Amino acid sequence: MAMTDRSKPGFWFLQNISYQAHRLKNRPELIIGFLALGFLSFVVLVPLLQIIKDAFTFQSYDLAYNPDGVVGEFTLFHLDRVFNQPISAALFYRPLVNSLKMGFFVTMIALTFGFSLAWLMVRTNVHFKGVFGAMLVFPYMMPSWVMAIAWLSLFKNDRVGGSEGLLTYWTGTQAPDWVAYGVFPIVITLAIHYYAYAYLLISGALATVDSELEEAGATSGMNKWKCIRVITMPLLMPAIGSAIVLTFIRILGTFGTPALLGLPVRFFTFSTQIYASINARNQGDAFVLALVLIVLAISFIWINSRIIGVRKSYVTMTGKGFRKRESDLGKMRWPATIFVILFLCMTVGLPLILLLWESLTLIPGDYSLANLTTYFWVGQGNVNLAYGEPGVIHNKGIMGALINSIKLGFLAALFNGVLGLLVGYAVVRGRGKTLSKWLEAIAFAPYIFPSIALGAIYIGMFSTSIGPVPALYGTFTILILITVIKNLPFTSRTGIAAILQIHQSLEEAARVQGIGWFRRMFRIIIPLSMSGLVAGMLLTFITAMRELSLIILLISPGNMVLTGLIFGYQEQDMAQHSSAVTLMLVLIIIIISVIVRMMSRSAGVGRLNTT
Amino acid sequence: MVQVRLNGIVKSYGKEVVVKNLDLTVQQGEFLTILGPSGCGKTTTLRMIAGLEEPDQGSIQLGERVVFSRADGVVIPPEARHLGLIFQSYALWPHMTVAKNITLALKEQKISKTDITKRLENALEMVQLTGYAERYPSELSGGQQQRVAVARLIALRPSILLMDEPLSNLDAKLRTEMRASLKRLHRDLEATTVYVTHDQIEALTLSDRVIIMNDGLIMQEGSPYDIYHHPANIFVAKFIGDPGINLFKGTISNGVLDCGAVSIPLPDAIAKRGGDLIVGIRPEKIHASMTAKDGWLKARTEILQPTGANTIFEVKVGDTPITLMQPGFMTLSTGTELWLQFDPESLSFFDTETQKNLRSEVG
Repeated sequence: MAMTDRSKPGFWFLQNISYQAHRLKNRPELIIGFLALGFLSFVVLVPLLQIIKDAFTFQSYDLAYNPDGVVGEFTLFHLDRVFNQPISAALFYRPLVNSLKMGFFVTMIALTFGFSLAWLMVRTNVHFKGVFGAMLVFPYMMPSWVMAIAWLSLFKNDRVGGSEGLLTYWTGTQAPDWVAYGVFPIVITLAIHYYAYAYLLISGALATVDSELEEAGATSGMNKWKCIRVITMPLLMPAIGSAIVLTFIRILGTFGTPALLGLPVRFFTFSTQIYASINARNQGDAFVLALVLIVLAISFIWINSRIIGVRKSYVTMTGKGFRKRESDLGKMRWPATIFVILFLCMTVGLPLILLLWESLTLIPGDYSLANLTTYFWVGQGNVNLAYGEPGVIHNKGIMGALINSIKLGFLAALFNGVLGLLVGYAVVRGRGKTLSKWLEAIAFAPYIFPSIALGAIYIGMFSTSIGPVPALYGTFTILILITVIKNLPFTSRTGIAAILQIHQSLEEAARVQGIGWFRRMFRIIIPLSMSGLVAGMLLTFITAMRELSLIILLISPGNMVLTGLIFGYQEQDMAQHSSAVTLMLVLIIIIISVIVRMMSRSAGVGRLNTT
Repeated sequence: MVQVRLNGIVKSYGKEVVVKNLDLTVQQGEFLTILGPSGCGKTTTLRMIAGLEEPDQGSIQLGERVVFSRADGVVIPPEARHLGLIFQSYALWPHMTVAKNITLALKEQKISKTDITKRLENALEMVQLTGYAERYPSELSGGQQQRVAVARLIALRPSILLMDEPLSNLDAKLRTEMRASLKRLHRDLEATTVYVTHDQIEALTLSDRVIIMNDGLIMQEGSPYDIYHHPANIFVAKFIGDPGINLFKGTISNGVLDCGAVSIPLPDAIAKRGGDLIVGIRPEKIHASMTAKDGWLKARTEILQPTGANTIFEVKVGDTPITLMQPGFMTLSTGTELWLQFDPESLSFFDTETQKNLRSEVG
């Protein structure tokens, strides 16, 4: 044993550093944890601080209103504009009321349908459960604004000019404005999308309530309804509470539908107002609105956890003696089944048929059989039609955007998988340590940023270069980055779950046998967590392909993706193109989600798609 | 020659100190068992030797090599300690065949292919699993999985083996078989072994030497014979032996220990002490008679538990409950009278304050 002279403090200090360095080398999870925490702070926290700073200082674009202002100096100008000026009504208060109104009604309707369907599917003997199970989550797999495009095919009126919808074609009457545009169609179309989210969350929770708990109630003399009220509902409350809050936050951040159905009648929500402010070069307003949105989201989560908090401690999953009892619907079995079929026809069948039909009409607004054409799919381009834009398969813009979308989905999924695995590894292996808690918290943080607000944050952060990081605005990298970050709460959870399943001793056995960290990762950790990770990555792929709200502020002709292109076609009233491209996107998503379902089932990963 | 040496090891998790200033040595070729109740710090100690946990203070030496020293700032990671470790859960990699499980680490060491094949075959033969090389762990029984874990260790040929409760996941009958084969393995490999268990039978049957730990401290160190017959303190006396030792609290008066209903004559050296003490006697060291004998204690049976070869009696002398064990299969009705005698040579005496064995103190 080497004897050392510890009398010299300098020597002791150096030696201590080397000791700590050795220790760190011994603990790969700490190194990964620190690196991940640093990276995530940079891409999550720093942008947030940046827009707070920008919201409270003069920017160069403010000088038009404030000739005396000095760029970078503290000011309440933006706050004043948003909250306290005549323009505030249009900028803040009306969008606030509209957003809350929209959020409230969509959540109510989505939750009612989601809950009823979850109950039918989990707790009753309704027919065709297998098919329904796959179909019911379908609207959620599609972009949320597909319904809005379908709605316009049906009810579009002469308000904004251009062609009219199927209703006018058949009946000759115009749909009134309130049916065609504004809060009513927005609520209906969003509810048709988000019920699936509530359905997933609630059916997941319902499936974990042991029927024996209800039977215990029944044996103590409660009737069926009292059992449900006294036993089942309280157990479901945490899931329902989360479903309400998470749906609400997502609706606050959603852009596509309110833009398509709201902007033509100047119906603004927070998200469309942020978009408008950015386009009008009033970024300061947009940042303040984004911050308000984040504060709103955080307060809803906080209120939810305050109300439900204590109840979250209910553990109804015992793993033993677990039984689901399906109650017999009796005479109602077929009516209930037909109800689900009709519901699916309305939410899945009808929109897709409308899209297909729309994409096959030669002259928009003429839905006769004589007007059917494949021009918008295979046409070479004709100056008399749709500004000479060629059909889907000959269209360089569409094919470029398709390739970009696939590239975005693929790269985002890949990085998400790697990041999720590393975060999961660092969090699980470092359990109980502060670093692990921080990492888990920060990986979850993007969840509370409404999509459009995160996009605004990224504009603020990456429009100029920061140290060695160049200005990313307008690049493809920023789309990948924001998609990875937005999906991180989900993938890191997948990663944590995957690593938790791998008992620590499996890795320790390799360590003791002299197998180094990289080999352990590649030979043991990755193969064992692969199935869960791949399913998670494919879901990221789908999310990235259908995403609009998140990236609408960040796309430009240079990094155009399919969703942005569809939005552009829709804005230019090129209904056939937007329908055709949407249909193509939906088709790709269907194929991949079928693969995901098959993989999750074979891997025994239950409801991976609950987020 | 000392193969494993732990000096002044301290380990805590947060505020809880789980190992308190532990010194321990293991000789070349020795089979040492660390025995103790769960949470006593035995597994932590083993994991610190392996390098999977890091002590807060102290040093660890394997053979000539210092693998950890807080004072000198040495931390050798487990990868570089060249130990063999068998986990309670066996830790077989479920996605690899038996052969891959055994050879993964060998491939890491750049051993030639023919050599690897030879070692694989040899290891499988030693655990009698020849022909199972292409199976996956999930296709094996618990006992076979355990043997694969052993084979994996044999193939690596470490000079020090660490075993963390390797038998606790097996059923009782298989455990007896595997105990014998572990003992054979140790004999054949002549490897220094540190074995951690909470099962006293394993400790007594396998070990050259046993260390009993409780609450992060070593309670006693000695041969299996010693710790059974000469427990160093009340904790060890109670922990070892099934059914448990009888303990009576009493006062010495005139060379006799008065425990209420029971009075026991004391050896001279202890009788001189005077005052209070605790006396212990193992159930099988109590003589029993169905007929009254002079100077024997009269008792009444409460419950009998025949286990086959022996019968465990729970009796009462006055109000004092006593457990004894007699050979043979017996059935007696409750309340049957019998007479007991304690063999003075088999008695242990403990100080009420320090709880230490007085015989070992007095000599």
